[in-house]
Amino acid sequence: MKNNLKAFLYLLPALVFLGVFMVYPLADVLVYSFEEGYNSASQTFSGIGLRNYSFVLRDPYFLQAVKNTFILVMITVPVSTGLALVISLGLNSIKKLKNLFQTIYFLPYVTNTLAVGLVFMILFKKTPYSDGMVNILVRLFSGTTVDFIDGPYWAKMLVLSIYTVWIVLPFKILILTSALGSVKQDYYNAAKIDGASSWRVFSRITVPMISPMLFYLIITGFIGAFKAYSDSVALFGTNLNAAGMNTIVGYIYDMLYGDSGGFPSYASAAALILFAIVFTITVVNLMISRKRVHH
Amino acid sequence: MKVRLDKLTKVFPSRNKRSKEVVTAVSEVSFEIPAGKLVGLLGPSGCGKSTTLNLICGLEKPTSGRIFFGDEDVTDLPAELRGVGLVFQNYALYPHMTVLKNILFPLENLKGDKKLSKEMMLQKAEEAARLVQISELMERKPSELSGGQQQRVAIARALVKMPKILLLDEPLSNLDARLRLQTREELRRIQRETGITTVFVTHDQEEAMSISDMIVVMKEGVIHQSGKPQDVYDDPKDLFVAKFLGTPPINVFDGEVRGEKLLIGGAAVLDAAGVRDGAVKVGIRSEGFVPSADGALECGFTAVEVMGRDTSVICSHPAFIGDSIRAVISAETPVDTTKPTVRFDLKKSKVLLFDPKSEERIRFDEGANG
Repeated sequence: MKNNLKAFLYLLPALVFLGVFMVYPLADVLVYSFEEGYNSASQTFSGIGLRNYSFVLRDPYFLQAVKNTFILVMITVPVSTGLALVISLGLNSIKKLKNLFQTIYFLPYVTNTLAVGLVFMILFKKTPYSDGMVNILVRLFSGTTVDFIDGPYWAKMLVLSIYTVWIVLPFKILILTSALGSVKQDYYNAAKIDGASSWRVFSRITVPMISPMLFYLIITGFIGAFKAYSDSVALFGTNLNAAGMNTIVGYIYDMLYGDSGGFPSYASAAALILFAIVFTITVVNLMISRKRVHH
Repeated sequence: MKVRLDKLTKVFPSRNKRSKEVVTAVSEVSFEIPAGKLVGLLGPSGCGKSTTLNLICGLEKPTSGRIFFGDEDVTDLPAELRGVGLVFQNYALYPHMTVLKNILFPLENLKGDKKLSKEMMLQKAEEAARLVQISELMERKPSELSGGQQQRVAIARALVKMPKILLLDEPLSNLDARLRLQTREELRRIQRETGITTVFVTHDQEEAMSISDMIVVMKEGVIHQSGKPQDVYDDPKDLFVAKFLGTPPINVFDGEVRGEKLLIGGAAVLDAAGVRDGAVKVGIRSEGFVPSADGALECGFTAVEVMGRDTSVICSHPAFIGDSIRAVISAETPVDTTKPTVRFDLKKSKVLLFDPKSEERIRFDEGANG
């Protein structure tokens, strides 16, 4: 008992900070989300109920944001993880210039999101002076040019997906190259002696061996993609609702501080809906991993 | 199947990128392994024995020289087409697969007309498991097995395809002493039962001597001697082989031959008919000492170690090279431990002479040996 007391005393500072900056705000968000007609200036509300949720769930901007977020998640998580795996395998199999390529692939990780956004503008944005690099290429192959930043929905979604993949790729490559590097050569030698084709070596040896890392990347990838916001801002500016490219986190931000903001209750309700989505997906992921991941 | 290595050489580039020096792991190695025999590739670490094994199985490509399985030249054949089974030193069992899946893996890789039905694969896997006595462990993961059991799984996985040649890299080095004795008998039994030509690499001479039909002693990439274990032990070609084989190791003295007599520290210890006068190195096997009150070799007495079956007499001599002489005598032979010295007669067949410079063997005149 005495030992326990001492342990808690040591933990106290951390617990206080966590309580003040994590637990209390989280509880507060939960409370806000049920307070109807909350006024942040007078700190009053008219009643308690589910009206905030029903408003958010019927708000076309929110539904658009949910749709955008889901599309983004479904495209970028598999594409970025798969691409990272392919690139890592490539990096792992070359000897010359390996460090150079590793550095190149790692560059986006240390580059500011907005700076990368600028690069994407040069690549994709139509201006009075230029159609953007990509459109110049498109014209070279005699296609019709598309306005990727201000044009049709799928063009914008394409650019946003490429952008997101580009941003998250370096970290995944970093993790996967080190995971691949830690697989002992003996297993590959054994598989070679056993006459396994390269596809079977990949699917039956390599993937299971790095599956814990792969799974870690998929889970954090899902969570990260559901929380996407800055990528969209970097490409389409702050008025995301007008661009039709808002995400759930973007919607929450707008509800708090945006031009039409000042509704912490709506923001809280949206935040809790996002939490429920992320929670569900993570649980499903964990359940799948029980069967698929070899520790 | 017979295996023949013809002037096999393997050169590795230096680890230091800037230096142009190369490391010759295996140099002009030639030997023939008769079909159906168990061969021990023996040598100290870094002698090139593992590289030789990797060359035979195809994980390494030789710099020059050829490898034949039977009459077929397999030098340019990739590992998977050579039909070899390899047991790795650390077993390299796939940790995410059960024992059964590990054993099935090589069978599932078979393609074309060699492809087997599911039932056939299971049957073969069970056969291999029975051979190494792990039938009851099939659903376990490698991490749930002891070292000895993992070893058996590794052997089963290597055997399940019925390879032409079975190769084992330091198969016993990861096992504890008791298990090692037991497993080496197992190896012998499995090899006899399957009749597969088997090559294993070891640095433990006792291990190699005890179960091999033939041993090949290597040092620094060169074969020093090969042959039946007892022949190599009794009749080593040079001092290295003599020192490497035998526990306790052979006792080496500085000696001299003068007037057909072998002298150690000035005292004549043996007839040396037919040996030219000059300095020699004298190797005396530990079982070559016979305590005798008027023995020719007088040594300073240090201690007696009673081992039960026999007794080790630890003693010293000014001409001895090394720390202490170890003579193994039968436990019944009385040794007077009160005197400061102990005298021995020597068994001539256990005394080996070597050239002090080249360390090549110098033989006694066979005729005069009587």
